[in-house]
Amino acid sequence: MTIAALAFYAFGITVVASGLLVVLARNPVHSVLWLILAFISSAGLFVLLGAEFVAMLLVIVYVGAVAVLFLFVVMMLDIDFAALKAEMAKYVPLAALIALILMMQMALAYGAWTTSEVADRLRGAPAPAPAEMHNTRALGMIIYDRYLYLFQAAGLILLVAMIGAIVLTLRHRTNIKRQDVLAQIYRDPATAMELKDVKPGQGLG
Amino acid sequence: MTRADLIAVLPEALLALFALTALMWGAFGGKDRIARPLLYATAAMLALLALWIGSAGGGASTAFGGMFVNDAFARFAKVTILVAAAAVLVMGEDFLARRDLLRFEYPVLVALAVLGMMMMVSAGDLMALYMGLELQSLALYVIAAMRRDSLKSTEAGLKYFVLGALASGLLLYGASLTYGYAGTTTFAGILAAVRDSTLPLGLLFGLVFLVAGLAFKVSAVPFHMWTPDVYEGAPTPVTAFFATAPKVGAMALFARLLHDAFGPAGHDWGQIVAFLAVASMFLGAVAAIGQRDIKRLMAYSSIGHMGFALVGLAAGSATGVQAMLVYLAIYVTMNVGVFAFILSMERDGRHVTDIASLSLLARAEPTAALALLILLFSLAGVPPLVGFFAKYGVLVAAVQADMVWLALAGVIASVIGAFYYLRIVYLMYFGQEGEGLDGAMSWSQRALLVAAAAVMLVGVVNLFGIEGPAAAAAAALVR
Amino acid sequence: MDELLREYLPILVFLAVAVGLGLVLMLSAAVIAVRNPDPEKVSTYECGFNAFDDARMRFDVRFYLVSILFIIFDLEVAFLFPWAVAFGDLSATAFWSMMVFLVVLTVGFAYEWKKGALEWD
Repeated sequence: MTIAALAFYAFGITVVASGLLVVLARNPVHSVLWLILAFISSAGLFVLLGAEFVAMLLVIVYVGAVAVLFLFVVMMLDIDFAALKAEMAKYVPLAALIALILMMQMALAYGAWTTSEVADRLRGAPAPAPAEMHNTRALGMIIYDRYLYLFQAAGLILLVAMIGAIVLTLRHRTNIKRQDVLAQIYRDPATAMELKDVKPGQGLG
Repeated sequence: MTRADLIAVLPEALLALFALTALMWGAFGGKDRIARPLLYATAAMLALLALWIGSAGGGASTAFGGMFVNDAFARFAKVTILVAAAAVLVMGEDFLARRDLLRFEYPVLVALAVLGMMMMVSAGDLMALYMGLELQSLALYVIAAMRRDSLKSTEAGLKYFVLGALASGLLLYGASLTYGYAGTTTFAGILAAVRDSTLPLGLLFGLVFLVAGLAFKVSAVPFHMWTPDVYEGAPTPVTAFFATAPKVGAMALFARLLHDAFGPAGHDWGQIVAFLAVASMFLGAVAAIGQRDIKRLMAYSSIGHMGFALVGLAAGSATGVQAMLVYLAIYVTMNVGVFAFILSMERDGRHVTDIASLSLLARAEPTAALALLILLFSLAGVPPLVGFFAKYGVLVAAVQADMVWLALAGVIASVIGAFYYLRIVYLMYFGQEGEGLDGAMSWSQRALLVAAAAVMLVGVVNLFGIEGPAAAAAAALVR
Repeated sequence: MDELLREYLPILVFLAVAVGLGLVLMLSAAVIAVRNPDPEKVSTYECGFNAFDDARMRFDVRFYLVSILFIIFDLEVAFLFPWAVAFGDLSATAFWSMMVFLVVLTVGFAYEWKKGALEWD
């Protein structure tokens, strides 16, 4: 067995095991930590496939941002997870039954699995060999040009996400003092200070 | 990237540009004060695009390497979507403004959702399909939860989001299986792989997951659970929007995917779709009976109606698709009319949605009651009205495709379903003396209610000639 | 392919060492450490008292807003990366398509700024 194959099995087993633990862990914070492990291991799998860019994206976006947001939500939310779990436990037998049926169907299907030859040919075509062209560069050559339509759609989706986040969560508070940077910069002694000549024994009337 | 590609997506590009401009205008030009002109501008923009797309003839063309398809089918669906969205925007303005919900983001988000729907119905590739679907869904999740201080509205938004994300997950899983076993994401490529031989098992799995994901989006039974809660919780203008344009978009996408990508595997998906259709028709008819809230009732009604539209799709023929398109156009018109009325339901300045408040409406508001009566009879499919012809069309298509049992099930379901529409009519004319409604309808609501009712009567003559374009659309899709 | 993977070999070795070291430390703690538990010793306390409250509390939604906006811009940068890497060979279409993408997101950014989402209160 080569090192690549060894690494594949190590990462693969880690992904499956940590995925299972995400669901099974009692403490939701642990679930998120297992999720992070699953993300990192799948990044390893992507590297083994030669898809370095996707692997690094997984680490930067999913581990660096999404998982941290999850952790944040789980740790900050005022939710009694124990009660939630107890509620869910009621449905476990039904869920197990459905899962069993699905598994059996898949097993039955696996026996009669066929693939189309056209598919193999088509699938192999697009990616250039890593030796010829770096993976990230290969992506850069097609995303913005051949897939322009999808790329612009992605931009609009991000815009909707931005608008949505603000519409749903931004509240403007009233009755608080805000810093006005420009007003501070334009302040000078002439407008900010006033000299009062206070007579003895009279005070400021 | 040629100039032709960009010209093909010009309507979509203009709508996107409009949304961006509107957002900037709103942010820099006076915030929510300009929400009202912005809303009317958006409605006008949508109506203009509908006019443009509707009058643009021409055959089928593809752009961006087959990712974007502009054919008669896409044009028919787009016109329906645009008109419905414009009507719903206009009739909801008064409602939103009086409840302090009219924020300038609302028309912008609706415009972006409509853009997503236009991308959906023009999708020629699994990736384009997903992008359009997400653009639409994301905007819809936000407007469902727009009333932030209402527990029900936020709950509706959250439920819709979580279940919608699950549906997207199913869809993506199906799409990746399809890619794996067809070797391509373009519909033309999948079609070639399907035609090549008997459907490979991997592709069948992909197809099933794709259908499940889309069934969620059209709220077909057994993937309908979110519909009543979301319809009830979302602000009523948003509910009206949900019940019209997105349904057309999702159904058209459904038809596009099944025919364009999996056409030769018709008997594989025909069964699944027929099952979805029967289950939706019956659940929609039976579950609506016990409802006391008119928005929930309309949710079950929409489930039932989607079942009928799916009957046309299950037939798997050009006639079936034509009947489905006609059905959708008529359904949208009826829903616009009914929701125009629901939006005006209020007592002591508060929006009420319980059905009992419609008691003896005929005495207080004879015109509105008569218009509503016509629309409800039409929804039930009572013979001389347009709604009957819609149902008749899909059932005939099912019979022609040798699915007599499906047509029979449709007849039975529509008889059961007629009960709850008739109950509302009974209440309006012979109900108990009780607390009625005291709100006044805005001009747009009254106009749309009466217009929709008039369409139900006048349309009997020739259905306003939509059968011709629908037939052309179906012919473009089913080859 | 093999060449590419060879470049990653040090990282793999590093990972193995990290995991191994972590396991060794945890296992040695379990095996060697002296344990003498007592109910009072293992119970939670706050400044010498029993815990007053659950540690979880509801946080201001503004924290989420900031992190969600961060993720959105993170993704935007992710799109910029391959564009920058392939910049020399890009067609004019690819260049302008990125410009349009940036304009769309700048519009979003201007909206955010104007709405005051980037200010803390």
